[in-house]
Amino acid sequence: MSYVADVAVLARKDLKVELRARDTLPAMLLFVLSTLVVFRFALSKETGDDAAYGLLWIAIVFTALLGLSRAWVPEHEHGVLDGLLLAPCDRSAIWLGKSLATLAFLLAAQAVALPIFALFFAPLDATALAGVLLADIGICAVGSLVAAMAAAGRARELLLPLLLLPLTIPLVVGGVGAAISPEEGRFLLLLALYDGIFAVLSWASFEFVVTE
Amino acid sequence: MIRARGLEKRYGSRRVLRGLDVDLSTDGFLLVTGPNGSGKTTLLRLLSGLAAPTRGTLEVEAERGHIGVVAHDPLVYRELTALENLDLFGRLYRVPERRERIGMLLERFGLWDARAERVATYSRGMTQRLALCRALLHEPSLLVLDEPFTGLDDEGAQLLDRELAGLVGNRAIVMTTHDPERVVAFATNRLALA
Amino acid sequence: MSLLAPVRSLPGLAALTTLLMGVALMLALIVAPEDADQGVSQRIFYIHVPIALTAYFCFALGAWKALLLLARGDERYDLESYVAIHQGTIFGSLTLLTGSIWAKASWGIWWTWSSNQLVLFLVLFLFYCAYFMLRFSLEDGPQRGRTCAVYALFGVALIPVSFLAIRMAQDFIHPTVFTRHGPQMSGSMFTAFCFCWAAVTLLAYLLYRVELAGKRVDANLRELREALQ
Repeated sequence: MSYVADVAVLARKDLKVELRARDTLPAMLLFVLSTLVVFRFALSKETGDDAAYGLLWIAIVFTALLGLSRAWVPEHEHGVLDGLLLAPCDRSAIWLGKSLATLAFLLAAQAVALPIFALFFAPLDATALAGVLLADIGICAVGSLVAAMAAAGRARELLLPLLLLPLTIPLVVGGVGAAISPEEGRFLLLLALYDGIFAVLSWASFEFVVTE
Repeated sequence: MIRARGLEKRYGSRRVLRGLDVDLSTDGFLLVTGPNGSGKTTLLRLLSGLAAPTRGTLEVEAERGHIGVVAHDPLVYRELTALENLDLFGRLYRVPERRERIGMLLERFGLWDARAERVATYSRGMTQRLALCRALLHEPSLLVLDEPFTGLDDEGAQLLDRELAGLVGNRAIVMTTHDPERVVAFATNRLALA
Repeated sequence: MSLLAPVRSLPGLAALTTLLMGVALMLALIVAPEDADQGVSQRIFYIHVPIALTAYFCFALGAWKALLLLARGDERYDLESYVAIHQGTIFGSLTLLTGSIWAKASWGIWWTWSSNQLVLFLVLFLFYCAYFMLRFSLEDGPQRGRTCAVYALFGVALIPVSFLAIRMAQDFIHPTVFTRHGPQMSGSMFTAFCFCWAAVTLLAYLLYRVELAGKRVDANLRELREALQ
């Protein structure tokens, strides 16, 4: 199972780099908390729970974007990505390692933000949290690939949101639906479908995006 | 080791290499010279497998895990230490007796004392030495070196000289350099790009 | 002259397309019977739906060429994929425009979020606009072609998933034209519709061929210029 070993090595490397650099995770945390505070002032007193869930998902998507925009920066300093491509490991392992690490950061930021949201805005039940988890997987899977695309060009910080936001729409629908709809199961299935299709697509096509 | 005929590389409408033939035996030393912008780096990217030729044939007998590359960039993580960097690549390349080999290389290139410090704190010369360690870590049968003497101080350059002297004749080496006099004695083949 | 000759040569194709489009417009605006419910405004449906279907077709063609590029590595598929997606985006924006006109004529509003088809098109429109931003931010070369190809494939994967998501997210008030028992149109309306669809598809194909030819000439010229230096 050298593939799994490679993925583990690469994901651990990402966690270690972030632990040293300490710029992405704190920024994500601060961003999501600040956004929630802004929401507090943006919502009027009569706003129902539904609107609050919608804003939560905006916060999640943009926090993920923040994390993803930094995801491939270590690989582009000193040209390390070429170093990884020269190694005999499968190219998709690079993507998987990166996605898992990004997922870890996103979950860490949410571990702080979600309880605060539940406390001050609206409650989150098990299905809502399941929706968050499934959507996180989707965002990190697709986002890691798209971030690699954007990183190869100019104006990469501008490009990433433009490329990724349309792709996150089904995830937002699924996540909000899982929180507010009486038929939550359907929305969780939608998220699972998205994850299945796009994770496989990302896994298979990463090689083509990073190599010549 | 390498056999290329009619090698051509184009980026869109921009042609970087045209009609190149390259031959290298498994223990040969190919010295590539040429002015800036003549396509030396592109040629080396093709030989190391990082890029594919637009036209022509290229046969390289070494597989992906058996090629060692020193590029313009050091190819190491800034935030990791020398040890961590080499450990990472050692695992990816499945280097046997990884720890011993890493220790030996760091010592040979005078980096043992700085092994637990982040690459971000290194000087240009030290980073280049680490890049050399990285390239040699898995005992590649083909070495592709793009101006490896860049950034090295006198001591570092001497270390590299010694290393090259030991490697020449045991494996295939392709090298570009702005200072060909230094290594011209090793060269079995020469290629001058226009 | 063989049957395929007018299709192979561009001027012939252009002439055929003009003819068909002329007949199609005539059918749509004059000949076809007026709809009992919506009246005159329903006529734009003969243009709007074919344009929408053609946009989908162009995106699918773009994705198919993208797949060929990734599988076979032949550079020409990159240009074909790009042109197909370009046409798809043009027809997509026309879909939004005609859909908006139809919405205004039928319901008095320029836009509604309750229309699943329009919302889906908006999402796709945004997605494929980003395609061009991606393309123009990358240096020309094999990597640009492959990256854009992957993005194009993501686009067609997004279509069904987005459609499902949008449908689940809201009520469905866009007038259903095709039901499971077949179109809710009379026979002559259906004929007119099919004819318009064929004409618009041919128009898209013509524009695709014209743009492709133009871009190929451009590329050849640049290569020649390079070679002469």
